[in-house]
Amino acid sequence: MKAIYGLYSSPLEAQRAVDGLRGAGIKDREITVLSTEPLEEYEFAQRDRESWMTWIAGLGGLIGLTTGYLLTSVTQKLWAINTGGMPIVTNWTNLIVIFELTMLGGVFASVITLLITARIPGRPVVPYDPAISDGKILIGVANPRKESIGSLEKALRIGHGELKTLT
Amino acid sequence: MSQASRAKQITDDLLRPLLHTTWKFYLGVSFLSCFVLAGLAAWGYQMYNGLAVTGDNWPVFWGFHETNFVFWIGISDAGTLISAILRMVYAEWRRPVTRCAEAITAFALTIGAMFPLVHLGRPWFAWWLIPYPSERGIWPNFRSPLTWDFFAINTYLTSSLLFLFLPMIPDFAIVRDRTTGFRKKIYSWLALGWQGYPKQWHRLELTMHIMAIAIIPIAISVHTIVSFDFSMALVPMWHTTIFGPYFVAGAIFSGIAALIIAMAVLRKTLHLEEYLLPIHFNNLGKLLFTMSLLWGYFVFNERLTTWYGNEPSEMAVFWTTQIGTFAPLFWTMVFCNFILPFPFLAIRKLRTITGCVIASCGVVVGMWLERFLIIVPGLSHKPLPYSWGSYMPRWPEITIMVGSFAAMILLYTLFSKVVPIISIWELKVGEHYEHQAAKALGAAEEAGEVV
Repeated sequence: MKAIYGLYSSPLEAQRAVDGLRGAGIKDREITVLSTEPLEEYEFAQRDRESWMTWIAGLGGLIGLTTGYLLTSVTQKLWAINTGGMPIVTNWTNLIVIFELTMLGGVFASVITLLITARIPGRPVVPYDPAISDGKILIGVANPRKESIGSLEKALRIGHGELKTLT
Repeated sequence: MSQASRAKQITDDLLRPLLHTTWKFYLGVSFLSCFVLAGLAAWGYQMYNGLAVTGDNWPVFWGFHETNFVFWIGISDAGTLISAILRMVYAEWRRPVTRCAEAITAFALTIGAMFPLVHLGRPWFAWWLIPYPSERGIWPNFRSPLTWDFFAINTYLTSSLLFLFLPMIPDFAIVRDRTTGFRKKIYSWLALGWQGYPKQWHRLELTMHIMAIAIIPIAISVHTIVSFDFSMALVPMWHTTIFGPYFVAGAIFSGIAALIIAMAVLRKTLHLEEYLLPIHFNNLGKLLFTMSLLWGYFVFNERLTTWYGNEPSEMAVFWTTQIGTFAPLFWTMVFCNFILPFPFLAIRKLRTITGCVIASCGVVVGMWLERFLIIVPGLSHKPLPYSWGSYMPRWPEITIMVGSFAAMILLYTLFSKVVPIISIWELKVGEHYEHQAAKALGAAEEAGEVV
């Protein structure tokens, strides 16, 4: 069997199923939770909240700032035109380009972090059911051990969901 | 109705425009495409014969093309900005509005960014603005406001496109599950393998929050930098420090107006009456009213300072707009931007969907005139009277302008045909919160805690 899962109509039912699976000895990282909305106010959807993303975005901004500074100041020195005593490197005006590249660096860093940590683009993993798109919440276990199937079915039924198996 | 049934209904309603196409859609697209093609043909004619075929001539070298550039960048400014601010403050009413607004930014910015290219005699050399190590060792002039434009517009365009695209991924996954054949393949590709597990949701929401923080200063910088194209030059009534905030206020003003019009049209044509509610128009109407007052304040500031300074070259421009050649346009602008919206937006009974749309149509016309009146009177009345001149648009720039408006409507129409114009998953979250609030209120009433 590839997977066993239940489809639930409400987050409360899904929460009961997750609690049931935990009661059956399944670890959190083995439980698959899929939904078409975040549902972050429910405990079962609050996993993996820890993230360095804001710091990475800040680092991206810093890289953008450095790039902007180097791009403007170094290139202005490369072609030393006669400015009649005026500064060659014009930091006041360069600030505009530096600012834009700083923000762009932050934006790129956060998007790249999202793509890597959320594994997009990626191949869908089992279990997946298109019924999720109709508002159902999927709670399941992938590649369950044969001897635990009975207890898993019992646990998933606690939430009164529609039970399904993938073979 | 259970939460799952309600969620299914939302999905069905918002996917209907994607999955069912009527003859009206094809007719509309064909009609708009004719104007877009006419605009492209006019641009081709202008490229082949040179800019002399336009009304741009000494001393007014910036006419309709620059007016349209500033106008479209202005329209684009509000969309993502409004969406980002509403996301930042967790305004619940934002949910049906954000994607409509973000799409306006994406398309208006693309069209706006085209106009500097349209105004280039040889647009195929536009890539010279890109900083790259050429064999001659020449880099772009980072002191030039036009180079600042290049960086600001591209930063805003990139960020806005990402800000628009990322929350669309979960919706593409929904469409993927609802379609078959070729369409399923396309949407599977667009969904990027999205499944909707908690880590994906959390990372997506966090990214959107970080981007919202970043996009607010970017949006403000874009129109400030567009204003620098003018205020850095010693042209009468251009060289003023007020232009930065004045342009930003004007941009947000025209952007909100465009958003209201777009939402009203979508509501009617896509039958979204259940989702785009009068309250959304009422709230946006209040914002529009605030911006109308702010715009009036800036115009008063700009005009009073110029008049009080009484500097001859500035007064020449001042009087030509107040009582001279450009006066009809100036007073039409004041009427459209201030006098017309005032009753429709200030009086609660008149702040209906129709009232907001009437006011918004006025604002869009008024703001286009404002851009024109900033650019042309100043250039036609330079400090020395021997350099005074006039400007009259010719058919190529008028056709290109009409084409740009048609392109905006066409892009928006096509977008609403392939993407749910209201974010399905965000709307579901909103419904979920409402459901919870109603439940909590019911429980409190039962317990006798609500009087």
